[in-house]
Amino acid sequence: MHGFRDRALALVFAAGVLLFGAAFANAGPYEDALAGLTTDSFSDTANAINALTASADPRTGAVLEALKDQRLLYSTGTKRVFVKDKSDRLTDAATGQPVAAPPADTGNVRLNNRVRGMLDAALGSLTLMAKEPNRRFDAAQAVFKSRDAGALPNIDKALEKETDARVRKALTEARAAIVLTSGETSPEDKIAAIAIIRDRGDQDALGLIDGLPADLPPAVRLAAASASAKIQGNLAVWSALQNAWYGLSLGSVLLLAAIGLAITFGVMGVINMAHGEMVMLGAYTTFVVQEYIRAYNPALFDYSLIIAVPLAFTVAGAVGIAIERGIIRFLYGRPLETLLATWGLSLILQQAVRTVFGPTNKEVGNPSWMSGAFELGGITITYNRLWIICFALAVFVALLVMLRLTRLGLEMRAVTQNRTMAAAMGIRTARIDALTFGLGSGIAGIAGVALSQIDNVSPNLGQGYIIDSFMVVVFGGVGNLWGTLVGAFTLGIANKFLEPYAGAVLGKIAILVLIILFIQKRPRGMFALKGRAVEA
Amino acid sequence: MLKMNCAAARGSQARSWLSAAAGIAFGVAATSSAMAQDTIKIGILHSLSGTMAISETTLKDTMLFLIDEQNKKGGVLGKKLEAVVVDPASNWPLFAEKARELISKDKVSVVFGCWTSVSRKSVLPVFKELNSILFYPVQYEGEESERNVFYTGAAPNQQAIPAVDYLMSQDGGLVKRWVLAGTDYVYPRTTNKILEAYLKAKGVKDEDIMINYTPFGHADWQTIVADVKKFGSAGKKTAVVSTINGDANVPFYKELGNQGVKATDIPVVAFSVGEEELAGLDTKPLLGHLAAWNYFQSIKGPGNSEFIKKWQAFTKNPKRVTNDPMEAHVIGFQMWVKAVEKVKSTDPDKVIDALPGTEAENLTGGTSKMLANHHITKPVFIGEVRGDGQFDVVWQTKGLVPGDAWSDFLPGSKDLEADWVTLKCGNYNTVTKKCGGQGS
Repeated sequence: MHGFRDRALALVFAAGVLLFGAAFANAGPYEDALAGLTTDSFSDTANAINALTASADPRTGAVLEALKDQRLLYSTGTKRVFVKDKSDRLTDAATGQPVAAPPADTGNVRLNNRVRGMLDAALGSLTLMAKEPNRRFDAAQAVFKSRDAGALPNIDKALEKETDARVRKALTEARAAIVLTSGETSPEDKIAAIAIIRDRGDQDALGLIDGLPADLPPAVRLAAASASAKIQGNLAVWSALQNAWYGLSLGSVLLLAAIGLAITFGVMGVINMAHGEMVMLGAYTTFVVQEYIRAYNPALFDYSLIIAVPLAFTVAGAVGIAIERGIIRFLYGRPLETLLATWGLSLILQQAVRTVFGPTNKEVGNPSWMSGAFELGGITITYNRLWIICFALAVFVALLVMLRLTRLGLEMRAVTQNRTMAAAMGIRTARIDALTFGLGSGIAGIAGVALSQIDNVSPNLGQGYIIDSFMVVVFGGVGNLWGTLVGAFTLGIANKFLEPYAGAVLGKIAILVLIILFIQKRPRGMFALKGRAVEA
Repeated sequence: MLKMNCAAARGSQARSWLSAAAGIAFGVAATSSAMAQDTIKIGILHSLSGTMAISETTLKDTMLFLIDEQNKKGGVLGKKLEAVVVDPASNWPLFAEKARELISKDKVSVVFGCWTSVSRKSVLPVFKELNSILFYPVQYEGEESERNVFYTGAAPNQQAIPAVDYLMSQDGGLVKRWVLAGTDYVYPRTTNKILEAYLKAKGVKDEDIMINYTPFGHADWQTIVADVKKFGSAGKKTAVVSTINGDANVPFYKELGNQGVKATDIPVVAFSVGEEELAGLDTKPLLGHLAAWNYFQSIKGPGNSEFIKKWQAFTKNPKRVTNDPMEAHVIGFQMWVKAVEKVKSTDPDKVIDALPGTEAENLTGGTSKMLANHHITKPVFIGEVRGDGQFDVVWQTKGLVPGDAWSDFLPGSKDLEADWVTLKCGNYNTVTKKCGGQGS
């Protein structure tokens, strides 16, 4: 068997060499261009891409695709270029024949940003007729960006056949961009193009119109100026909406970080400086879960966060119960000692994690459904932020339901409102204390799962959130979950509306000053508890 | 400033139990010194806890590795080297205390340490007063040259200026519009001041420069990334020059990736992001973003591959990465060994005089030289982020660039010159011909 296969391979190889020789004999522009890819110089590669596109050879597309995916190899010695396919088999780019053994000096054709940009543009005009609408859309967008006048015939051809409305719009815009920037089109065409670009109405459209040269005919300049003003007005509205969205997103992060503290500090009155470390433990649990999944069952990776949520709740909750039983129960009613003890605890937990996992950041990957973004009108919405907002609200609702509707919730409220009466009714208050603290810590752990998606997973993770969490709980009103919700979103949105004007540093300071002033006026926060429970 | 305040506050509470931990480390050092009588002691002053532990712990390990290697070769002057490790816990005043302890109590011959500029500034008076030697391995803002300090990291002209030059070139994309984004403390502020002056000297207009500062550990980058996108879509090629430091980088790059800011549209060139920082990130969305350093792990060469092999064997971790400040310690340590062997003594005055002119092999195949201004010559590389968390070098300077202590682009410092060999002065003013000129 083996002998036969070897012989067959040798035959194929020999045929390949023959064909290769034949191809060399009538080398065209395509073959000449390929030689430019073998010099390991970025400017030669750039020229080769232009020459390949100009050659209009049907093989160009495959070569450029391979180059983009880093599947294009070259050998300096033999001046040959090979395409590697998905299963690592090599074919010679010039002859199309399989290559059994590449020369020893074979290496990847390297790219830099300039070459990558040219490649996108070249591929854009080549893939305008691709089968999948999404690829055609991307191609049209690439042409819009490159404004390469050479792509105009292709665009016109593609426009004739296009049936998908979205792609059709993108193609029309790409065509308008070329018409607008080309030197050979009439003013009437240019004005029509400006109208199309104006209707696109986004930042790129504005950039295109503002970047037009000043020596255009007056009618075109006028149209451009009015389009620019229209787009700017449009964008100002969107930018306010965008700020509101960012504010909601920041608010949801604050809510997640603070909601556990709303239980341990808000409901129980324990000044828990180790709260941030519970968040960190949740994030590290996510890391460990992902490591296991990567090692044993990579197919489950997209579910890693869902698996991590209950585990993080259990881990952080168990640590919380241990802390309550081991330390805090001896310190009830002594806030200063609780503060110091939990602060020390937070340092111990940090250094413990540093010793076990090392001081460097750990990589927690984003599942595919949490990566990327989509455009909604003029604002960009990233999936991870969207999911975190949903998640924060879900956690909030679940907690509210638990406190309102379950027996444990009822007992928790009873103990915090009137401990002696609750004890007299037969509630084991010590057990409820431990469970309440465990619940608060567990929710902090869940927050850690979400925060691992947007922040560093390092031993210092919790420190960044502890101050913000206390701020939210105190601002919203101690002991009131609704206060925490409203407080978190108010602070988030206020911060995001201040940031564009004051900058990130001053914005943060301004928020702190505002809170200090607010607390002066209303020491119990926005939603103060009333009645006898407050005095108890 | 902001960093100093918050870390100092954090550190002061942290101090009690951390110093206990340091005490244990000390106890170990003391017993081992009792066993081996005649050794040369080397102080290692890097934070092993607190915010900076993430970066500095690796440098401590690097020093232990280098000392171990040197001892295998028989030590220095026939004596074994002995490491004395202390933990300044990312707490700047504690750096000065620990430095004093190393020099006067442990009698170390030389100290390798510090990362942030503020920690270096806080130990300077100690090194001057007790006349000892500090090797500082991190790229920094320049504007300093002290007799007792040897700067083996990059000065701005060995990192920031070449990076900007690259972006302005054909290969870099002919960038016309610049975002200078940084963390709010002395290194980014000074570097951006130098870059701004440099860009304006190159004819870049005011409206084409956007400067943005963020607090330490900034986690919510949505607004800033959106602003950058907006700034970058004005029809001119735009690049971001990032002096964002430490923990804030991961959320920054995650936001860039998620909002789809591609390197082909708006490249980000970073001065504080290396292989270690990328280890916490999925780098596929970051393909093509840039970093400027004097060393990359991916640079091929016999010196580098041997170093990586030995380092991974020493740390027993086949995935352990190497980075630029590590190479700075490798060079600095070699230079110190050579200088000590030349004068056959560890006396600080003799070693300080012997160090300028000393040469050492760097890991990328060149020979770095200690200059009279106590900075060294280094090659400058621009790397693009690859999918596997390493960098692909796309550009490098021809030959080695000498470090310039006082920037030529700042009004206060362009007349100053540092020369510890002939002028015996770190801030000689070439206009007034006097030592003791002022930097800005």
